Amino acid sequence: MSAAIALPAKVEKKKTREGFGRALVALGEADPRIVVLVGDLVESTMTSFFAERFPERFIEVGIAEQNMTGIAAGLAAMGKIPFLATYGAFATCRAADQLRVTVAYSDLNVKIGGAHGGISVGPDGATHQAMEEISIIRSLPNMSMVVPCDYWETYKATLAAARHQGPVYIRFGREDVPVVTAEDTPFTLGRGEVFAGGEDLTIVACGVMVYEALRARATLLASGIAARVVDLHTLKPLDVALLERCARETGAIVTAEEHQVNGGLGGAVAEAVVRAHPVPMEFVAVMDRFGQSGKPDELMDAFGLRARDIVVAAERALERKRKA
Amino acid sequence: MDPDTMTDAGADSAHRAGRLAWPAERLRAKALEIRRDIVTLLAKAQSGHSGGPLSCADFGTALFFHELSVDPANPAWPERDFWHFSIGHVTPVIYSLMAERGYFPLRDLMKFRAFDGHLQGHPSCQDTPGIEVSSGSLGQGLSVCCGVAMAARLDDHPRRVYCVMGDGEQQEGQIWEAAMFAGHRRLDNLCGIVDYNRKQIDGDVEDICGIRPLADKWRAFRWNVIECDGHDLDAVLAAFAAARAHRGQPSVILAHTVMGRGVSFMADDYRWHGKPPKMPEAEQALAELGTSYAAWSARLLAGGADRDAAPSPDGVGP
Ligand SMILES: Cc1ncc(C[n+]2csc(CCOP(=O)(O)OP(=O)(O)O)c2C)c(N)n1
Ligand SMILES: [Mg+2]
Repeated sequence: MSAAIALPAKVEKKKTREGFGRALVALGEADPRIVVLVGDLVESTMTSFFAERFPERFIEVGIAEQNMTGIAAGLAAMGKIPFLATYGAFATCRAADQLRVTVAYSDLNVKIGGAHGGISVGPDGATHQAMEEISIIRSLPNMSMVVPCDYWETYKATLAAARHQGPVYIRFGREDVPVVTAEDTPFTLGRGEVFAGGEDLTIVACGVMVYEALRARATLLASGIAARVVDLHTLKPLDVALLERCARETGAIVTAEEHQVNGGLGGAVAEAVVRAHPVPMEFVAVMDRFGQSGKPDELMDAFGLRARDIVVAAERALERKRKA
Repeated sequence: MDPDTMTDAGADSAHRAGRLAWPAERLRAKALEIRRDIVTLLAKAQSGHSGGPLSCADFGTALFFHELSVDPANPAWPERDFWHFSIGHVTPVIYSLMAERGYFPLRDLMKFRAFDGHLQGHPSCQDTPGIEVSSGSLGQGLSVCCGVAMAARLDDHPRRVYCVMGDGEQQEGQIWEAAMFAGHRRLDNLCGIVDYNRKQIDGDVEDICGIRPLADKWRAFRWNVIECDGHDLDAVLAAFAAARAHRGQPSVILAHTVMGRGVSFMADDYRWHGKPPKMPEAEQALAELGTSYAAWSARLLAGGADRDAAPSPDGVGP
């Protein structure tokens, strides 16, 4: 069962990280085991709501991401449900070894909120534009990973992460992004959602690129091409059955992500499709380069992460499908 | 000059040639200009950090215009001292110091964090001439500087190595791994400077994860500790001289500073860590600093005709 998601006529924009912050409060109300840790980034990660409501279960660790990851592991080992929050760049790259051995290898119930994912972080530049989290987290056994597309999906992903036993990484962005789902749109960890039907090709997207995919679909429809849009919010475990069905039914796939092309959403989908039912694929992603300073919109344009880039990729994929 | 064929004495005098050694009085005037640059470029970009750059402005000026031996016209000059800001977020002060010292035109400051400029939000050695190693993820710089100091030792090179750190940054474990290494190796060509402004993003350092007693910690890691008022240029020069004279241990200068120093409404307020002044705030700040946005941005855009051109040690340069 899937929700049909239309391109909103009037776009309401909200921060995904606010969905994380609000969900933490709801979780804190319901479950005393919830503990939140932050590395000197209370406002940026929107853990401020939880900090105000539950000061006794809020741990400000300071600028020490490796230490914070270890502390979260210890809390989890004693039955707490810790959510740690920092920028995605530091949550993954700085604490990679701590995540690998202490958290993932031990299969501890640690939840990681990685803020400021993607090029749209803007003027802070390359060091703060996390674009490697999917590749890193996806390669660690026992980890689950969600890249939600908007405020409501981030809210639901955070609740779902708490219910799931085991380590979960949730990636969110910095900017206000279009709200495309509603409070009652279905969300199941590990399952992709078909947001819009179509039989000519499938656009598989995550994060803010889901909105761009819906826009691309509208453009393609105008020239008589019916693109299916899949919101693949969970990168791990991957919804292989859905991807196989899309490959069989539409015969071409375009992936779209605000992330490095190597090992990200596109890589994950390609691995599944190649095994199940190979079809022509094209990738819209950051093409193996670091980010830079600039305005978010400017950077999304310059790095080729727009609906028009998806349209071009779709035309290429269709061309290859025709020739195949 | 070819470092391989140079005698020790030759290397040492060439090395000293790139030092400006300005007196405190002249540094004070330059530090005021640096503050004007910082506020102006932040107001133009409407993005970036105000607090830390202003607390680093005085000792930063002493470092660039008195202490360091460098050739801005030839950033790869083999005899140069090595300087590195482990706190990459203070780019407003780094770029102002660099431009005023002659690494690139002052007008470039007006494209801070801009898509079509070369001044990234955090220092990038791939974009900006004179930046040696990129930074922006806290806690990593002192290790880099240990490597540079070791290289100088291996090459018997008179280079000195300066690493600027934050006080919040002291919470990162890697700082202490590097500190232990440098103490163990007696890297006396290495000088750390801590911008001890007592603030970080979320508030007071002592409330978040206290670092006191900081001097005792560095001493316990076998460093020579020098404390000074980081805004008193005579005291800062004395601290640099003491570090330079000290043998057998690395030195760290704990520069006691005030976040946002020089702008009344920013001073000692952690909320100014990471935001730029809005235009009316910038006007007020610049008025306090004795200028206006129109006047100072015009000076920067003119490329700095009134900049004090520093002689190049090689006889080339600005
Ligand atoms: C590894 C890492 N973690 C977190 C950050 C985000 N961050 C940037 S500046 C900062 C606070 C630094 O405090 P301090 O060293 O005291 O510098 P000041 O605020 O005084 O400028 C933090 C947490 C970062 N850049 N790198
Ligand atoms: Mg500080």
